Order: sequence, then structure tokens, then C-alpha cells
Amino acid sequence: MGTVVGTWIAAFLTLCIFSFLYRDNPFYRFAEHTFVGSSVAYLLIQTWYFTIYPKLVLPVLKEGFTQNYLLLIPTILGIMILTRWFPNLRRISWIPISFTVGVGVGLAITGSIQGILIPQLKATIVPIDSWNIVIMIIGVVTTISYFYFSAEHKGILGVSAKVGTIFIMIFFGATFGYTVMARISLLIGRMHFLLHNWLHLI
Amino acid sequence: MSIDRRIIYLLVAIVVTIPLVIKITMPVRVSPPVQLAYDKIDELKPGSVVLLSTDYEAGTMPELYPMTTAVLRHLFSKDIKVLLMSVYALGVPIGAMALDEVAGEYNKEYGTDYVILGFKPGLDVVIVAIGEEIRDAFPTDYAGTPLDALPIMEGIHNYNDISIMIDLCSGSTLDSWVMFAQARFKQRLIAGCTAVMATSFYPYLNAGQIEGLIGGLKGAAEYEKLIGSPGVATSGMPAQSFMHILILVLVIIGNIFYFIERRRKI
Repeated sequence: MGTVVGTWIAAFLTLCIFSFLYRDNPFYRFAEHTFVGSSVAYLLIQTWYFTIYPKLVLPVLKEGFTQNYLLLIPTILGIMILTRWFPNLRRISWIPISFTVGVGVGLAITGSIQGILIPQLKATIVPIDSWNIVIMIIGVVTTISYFYFSAEHKGILGVSAKVGTIFIMIFFGATFGYTVMARISLLIGRMHFLLHNWLHLI
Repeated sequence: MSIDRRIIYLLVAIVVTIPLVIKITMPVRVSPPVQLAYDKIDELKPGSVVLLSTDYEAGTMPELYPMTTAVLRHLFSKDIKVLLMSVYALGVPIGAMALDEVAGEYNKEYGTDYVILGFKPGLDVVIVAIGEEIRDAFPTDYAGTPLDALPIMEGIHNYNDISIMIDLCSGSTLDSWVMFAQARFKQRLIAGCTAVMATSFYPYLNAGQIEGLIGGLKGAAEYEKLIGSPGVATSGMPAQSFMHILILVLVIIGNIFYFIERRRKI
């Protein structure tokens, strides 16, 4: 019974969203707001049950505050971030935001160099034993030259940058093709749901 | 010349619906990146442990859910143990739904053959924490059971105990898995992603940072073919192909009229 009700609700909301294709209407806005509201509520509950409760509340309840006094630091930082709601106190929220940005940037810089830049560089330094490698090297060098802005794109640099543009366009074309495919896949998924799960036509 | 966009929407709806209703079949050719993903999983010994992260939400389910069920069917058919997690809050119930659907087909039991670790915010930090001790990131499972109380978690502490990590993602979470799990902890990775993201992840495949790549609904259909279990992805391929033809026709017609109009103005 629960599944049937769920399917009907999902079908109704799907049709509400599809109705936007005709024009904006209250049904579409109802479905849109329902989605945003339920997603935020779900995220809130998940954060409470999987982060705040087991990491903060439970240890304090079980072992007492004196055993877990270090938890005071993330708790205070967490509360400080909520001051963004109050214009007069907003500046206080900058402290935990700075902390988060600092940690994020620190991790990202080392991670990007160690995990992306160097391995990707290594992958381009290979023996030239096939046409694919030749094309890859031309692509890498000319694309980088396109993004070199310290000299005017004239002469060899100009030619190289122009060739680089072709490689960039090929990438954009492939990405656009994949994007079209992805969007159609989403439509197919919804149509399959309506025709199979809801109407039982297929 | 202008055309009401709603006519195009109607054409799109017709072209997608007809192949689904009359069940047209089309051959699916397996591409090398998907074959690689399949081969790497197929090489695993029974009893191996795989970490599967369903890093996507409802908006990309049509593409990634068929991929999730296909990969799970392959894993369970090989008696591989599955640890499911997500760095997206809504990714966990979707992963749990896929497990509910597939685990029963292979008589797999929760806690022994698979476990749902749950969701944890803080992507990079979570990935690094798993490298040290999985219990630091997930002290309990999705239902609140301590990990040490689950038989499947015996002897599993970090990436050293995980044969392959599979990230099924709709966004850029794979970048973090590559940066931290692969580069720092040498964790073997396989990726499944939406078609939109596929072109961004090919460099990882070429550099050997990921060992296989399943891209979009097409990739899911290819995987379904490899495991011999055609499903939703396979049935969606004819509609996909017909839609591509329609788009090409519309692009050509649009261009013809554009040039006719331009000539008239001259």
C-alpha cells in the first residue's frame, strides 16, 4: 500500500514539474518548493543523527564533559557560524568560515599537486610510440599555449594557440554531446517511471 | 521563422515514449572504459571488500541508479562484500534502495555480506579519515549499530583492507577520491558518473588514476550487457538513439531556415 501511495505521489509531482514546459504555474511551484523543503529537512535530520548526535551529544552524555572538553571548540565554532543570521553579529561568523576555508584550501592545494597535477604531468611524459600519443602531445602543448597570456598571440605562439582552440572546441563538443545524452537519459528515466511503475504500460 | 517551443517538447515526448512502449531493441556495443571497469571487478576474489559510494541524489537517479544496481549485481554474483556510503545526504537512501532490490536476489545478508555506513559531511576530510580508520568517520552504521558489532567489519580498518573503491557520482566528488584516496593512500578506484561529467574524468582513466569508467545511461546499459542482465538502462537506449536523430534533424532544419532567412535579408 505504501509503495502504491508513494508511486502516485511521485507521479503527481513529476507531472507537476513537467507542467512547467507549458508555462509557469502553481503546480510546478508547489512541486519545486516541496522538493527543496523535504531535501533540507532530510539533510538536517541526517546531520543530526550522523554527525552532531554521535560525535558531540553521545560522547558528552556517556563519558561526561570533562572527558570530552575538546568538543567545546567545534561546538563554539558551529554556534558562531549561526551568527550570519544577525546583521550586527555577522562578523563573528567569519572566524569559523576562515577556519573552514583554511582547512579546505590546505587540503586542496596539496591534494591537487600530489593527486592531479603531478600524475597528469607524468601521464603526458610517455614514449612516442603511436599516433595517439603524438596527437595527445600536440593537444597538451597547443592548449597550454592558448592560455599563455604573457605574450601576444602572434607568430608561432599564435599558430599554436589557434590549434589549441581546435582541441578546446573538440572538448566542448564532446562535453555538449554527453550533456545532451545526460538530459535525455533523465527524461527517459522519468518516462520509464510513469509508464512502468505508475501506469504499468510497459 | 519561429516555432513554438512546446511543439518541440511534444515531439520529444513522442519520440521518447514510442520506443519505450513498443519495446524496440537495439544492439549495445561495450566501450573499452566500461569493459575495464567490469574486468577489474571481475578479477576480484570472492570475499574481497569493495567500498561503494553513491555520491548522487534524486536528480541524477535515472542515469546512475541503473548503474548502481548493475554494479551491485556483479559484486554480489562474485560474493564480494560491499560497504556502502555517500558524501551526499540523499545518496544513502538511494544506495540503500538499490541494496534492498539486489541483495535479496543473491540471498545476501545485512551485516555479513554488506553494510550501509551512511552519510558524513566534509568530503575531503571523510576520505582522509577512512584512510586512517574507517571507524573514525563512521563509528556506527546507518541504523546506529557500532561497526564492531557487525561481522562484515571484522579486520576492516582502512583502505589497506578494501580491494577497490567505486565512486558512482553526479558531481566532482571523484576529484577528491582521486586526490586523497588514490594519490595519498594508493586506493584502487573505479568511477561511474553522469554523462555530463564523463569527459572531465577521461584524463584520470588515461593516467591510470582510475581503472575503469562507466559513463551515463549508455555506460550503465553496457554494464548490464556485460553482466548478462538487461534492465532499465538497456531498455532506454533505443529512446536515446531516436532522440539523438530528432535533435540532429532539428539542428539541420534550424540551420537551413537560418541560411534561407539570411539570404532573404541580403
